Amino acid sequence: MMRDAFLKSLTSLAANDKNVVLLTADLGFGVFEEFESRFPGQYFNVGVAEQNMTGLAAGLSLEGKRVVTYSIANFPILRCLEQIRNDACYHDANITVVASGGGFSYGSLGMSHHATEDLAILRALPNMSVVAPCTAKEAGEAITAMIQGGGVNYLRLDKTVAADSSFESPFVIGKSRRYKEGDDITLIAIGGILDDANIASMELKKLGINARVVGMHSIKPIDKDEIIDAAINTGGIVTIEEHNKDGGLGSAISEICMDNAVMPKKFLRIGLDNMYSSIVGSQQYLRSRYEMDSKAIIKKVLNLLKS
Amino acid sequence: MINIKQSKQLSNNIRKHAVTMTSLGGSSHIGSILSIADILAVLYSSVLKYKSDNPKWASRDRFILSKGHAGAGVYAALAESGFMSIDILKTHYQDGSDLSGHVSHKGIPGVELSTGSLGHVLPVAAGMALAAKIDKNKHRVFVLMSDGECDEGSNWEAILFSSHHKLDNLVAIIDRNRLQSIHSTEDTLALEPFADKWRAFGWEVMEVDGHDHDELFIALDKVKTSRNKPLCVISNTIKGKGVSFMEDQTLWHYRSPQGDEYDAAISELEKNDA
Repeated sequence: MMRDAFLKSLTSLAANDKNVVLLTADLGFGVFEEFESRFPGQYFNVGVAEQNMTGLAAGLSLEGKRVVTYSIANFPILRCLEQIRNDACYHDANITVVASGGGFSYGSLGMSHHATEDLAILRALPNMSVVAPCTAKEAGEAITAMIQGGGVNYLRLDKTVAADSSFESPFVIGKSRRYKEGDDITLIAIGGILDDANIASMELKKLGINARVVGMHSIKPIDKDEIIDAAINTGGIVTIEEHNKDGGLGSAISEICMDNAVMPKKFLRIGLDNMYSSIVGSQQYLRSRYEMDSKAIIKKVLNLLKS
Repeated sequence: MINIKQSKQLSNNIRKHAVTMTSLGGSSHIGSILSIADILAVLYSSVLKYKSDNPKWASRDRFILSKGHAGAGVYAALAESGFMSIDILKTHYQDGSDLSGHVSHKGIPGVELSTGSLGHVLPVAAGMALAAKIDKNKHRVFVLMSDGECDEGSNWEAILFSSHHKLDNLVAIIDRNRLQSIHSTEDTLALEPFADKWRAFGWEVMEVDGHDHDELFIALDKVKTSRNKPLCVISNTIKGKGVSFMEDQTLWHYRSPQGDEYDAAISELEKNDA
């Protein structure tokens, strides 16, 4: 699980640096008990109060701490968005905001718990990195990069993950990873839904289509070179995100293409179409329901290539 | 001890600078600034530990203006206290200036935090106070808030947190002038019984005349970090204090003193000069 990998890395960071402080807004039952007992003075459950949590993080950071704020879904970002903007970003704070439960991770809990605009909203903020790891291992690598690199970061943790893969180069915020080679089309996914892109590429291969698969774990900063390469050297780009399309991964990739005057031969954004879901269900059910799972990806890629 | 003469002169200088700054820039909030001039003067003349030639001195007391709209008062206090040249004050609110209408830390030595959106500072200050506790540092954290901004729920989150964690190195000073931007606090969203609310949330509360330098000094200088409670000093003030035609008038939350009004305000304040 992404959360376990995140916590394992954070525990190691906290053991090595007493200035690493974890704040939670009363979420993490059965998760943080060991951290709390091992690191007194480095863990505070601040109660159900996200605005105060984020302000506290800014104050602690201005005094030299490296702070993680933690909650689930939209709670650590939207309730306290202005604190993130004014108190964290404008003050060059060292704060990593962690939301457990990206996209439809908490699909059955209802609309309040569907985090489907977070990437767009946070990538609008200057002085901030926005990362949604694709694999469990990446979640651990991401928190390490964030704490060590400093600054204000957002880390979105999904319930479901793509399979880990071995890469020679280390994890770098803003540098994507290529999971499969191919040049008929490029599938670019953010977050655990990369799993569906991987499955789709295997099925497409059986149909004679070689799809490149890119895990774009960072939406801000974003890997410009990989996007331009896909636009120029493959048959087109399909973006996949468990997120509303407006302002999300597909938007960010479109911006890169237009800013650099490269036109993909084909282009399609797969994601939510400007909507909230009143329908509930598991993460995988909702991916299927909103046509962003592997089956939908295959169908849409075939249609795109025919068009 | 407080040097009353020095503190009084500082408050009058802050008032004169603020009237001039808001007049030159055509900016708002002169009433809100005049309201806190005595509090700022007592803090900067007699209470806060700081080194104006080393604004980031680690053992300094932290002071943050939460009612950022009265930033001109802080800029004036900082300039009068040696953090920057008094000449810079003239650039307040002007094209290309660092001295924004709401207080900014960028490019301005001595400002801990940029503010302007109400309800942000008490949480940040609680974080600073918590850090001092964790690191066993002895400095104190002072926040100057408006009464109107106690409408903001974020403040009450921080009020709960600060007493729960016994942050007795944290002081919230309330500029209790009873006026907010359109009507009185009590007609807008009643705060009374105000002191009781803070007490019920676990804070020690003192009520003072916010224009009496002795009373302010006694309340603020006696901050001990062994009470196990954060301290709230409710300073009863008059918005626009010091310029008779601005006193207790909501009009002067937004109006900028120009022409005859400017001359009359400065002339009245100059009579208080030693």
